[in-house]
Amino acid sequence: MSFINYLSREINCKIVYYGPGLCGKTTNLQYIYNRTNPDAKGKMISLATETERTLFFDFLPLEIGEIRGFKTRFHLYTVPGQVFYDASRKLILKGVDGVVFVADSQMLRSEANTESMDNLRTNLAEQGYNLDTIPYVIQYNKRDMPNISPTEELRQLLNTGDVPDFNAVATTGEGVFETLKSVAKLVLTELKRGAAR
Amino acid sequence: MASPQMVMYEEEFAQVQAVTNRLVQDANARVVFVVDKNGQLISASGDTGDIDTTSLASLTAGTIAATGGIAQLLREQEFATQYHEGVRQNVHIQVVSGRVILVVIFDNRTSLGLVRLRVKRATENLTRIFEMVMAKAQDPFRNSPFSEITDDDIDNLFND
Ligand SMILES: Nc1nc2c(ncn2[C@@H]2O[C@H](COP(=O)(O)OP(=O)(O)OP(=O)(O)O)[C@@H](O)[C@H]2O)c(=O)[nH]1
Ligand SMILES: [Mg+2]
Repeated sequence: MSFINYLSREINCKIVYYGPGLCGKTTNLQYIYNRTNPDAKGKMISLATETERTLFFDFLPLEIGEIRGFKTRFHLYTVPGQVFYDASRKLILKGVDGVVFVADSQMLRSEANTESMDNLRTNLAEQGYNLDTIPYVIQYNKRDMPNISPTEELRQLLNTGDVPDFNAVATTGEGVFETLKSVAKLVLTELKRGAAR
Repeated sequence: MASPQMVMYEEEFAQVQAVTNRLVQDANARVVFVVDKNGQLISASGDTGDIDTTSLASLTAGTIAATGGIAQLLREQEFATQYHEGVRQNVHIQVVSGRVILVVIFDNRTSLGLVRLRVKRATENLTRIFEMVMAKAQDPFRNSPFSEITDDDIDNLFND
């Protein structure tokens, strides 16, 4: 649910990074945080376990510029990917405007990817959203790892809706901003469409 | 979309701000915030100087979301009031009309009793204001700034 503030002339939108455990959601946000100049970002908050697994969420507020005199802000969140944190994932999806699904390209994680995507679809539906209509992009992460599936295979398995998709190496930043820009653009386009209705 | 978009105009902002300003004074609080349940900061009054308000808003919403989840599991109503007692500062959290969260941070210059009393009145006032906000948001004839935005505007945002 976007939030439009006429007093401070701000538009705030919420983007959620979803995907299986250890696929690189937190790493995406860390890279964005490290590469954004200080006046465009707030503090990054990570509610994590002692082993740096996301426990509840990561949060990064980001200002991307002005549209027609309105400061446009994105609040980026990651969910905890481990299967047993499902209750927390549902909470974080509340009020979402756009979703990035981060897939782990390693062959061994193929099943974890599809399970997580099914879980995303179910949890969105519970909140009254439809994965086929919400602004949504896919990232195939960890392209630098040795035993990975070809992109084409991942695409066939995961990108059945033919949404924008990107290869990435979140640790070096490859594909990270491309993914973010793509989903941000879809979100704004959707808001524009909503306003025209 | 699952929930209607929240749009706030100057008018309602001024009203919310007036309520939080007054609450700071009446309760002798340090800081008062109003945060929407999705973690967006709506209004802040008092001594906000050294507080990261954006982070605070997101974490407050996270807390309410988490305890709301617990309530659901117990088939209990949402825990509308929460209180966290610290060594030097305390935090009183109140959910208002199921939509927004009123946060009061206070120290030993005041008492929990007084804070509770004043929060109650502020909650009534905020309930009225947010009912109006939601009614306006659902009015299809009100235009959002987005109705004038072009695809070029959106592209320009990303061409740097
Ligand atoms: N080689 C390589 N390692 C990566 C890449 N992206 C993330 N990693 C590593 O994978 C591990 C897990 O990354 P996180 O970002 O914490 O994963 P997550 O998706 O947030 O995991 P959860 O919080 O458990 O859901 C870390 O050690 C990262 O450094 C990548 O593209 N290539
Ligand atoms: Mg994580």
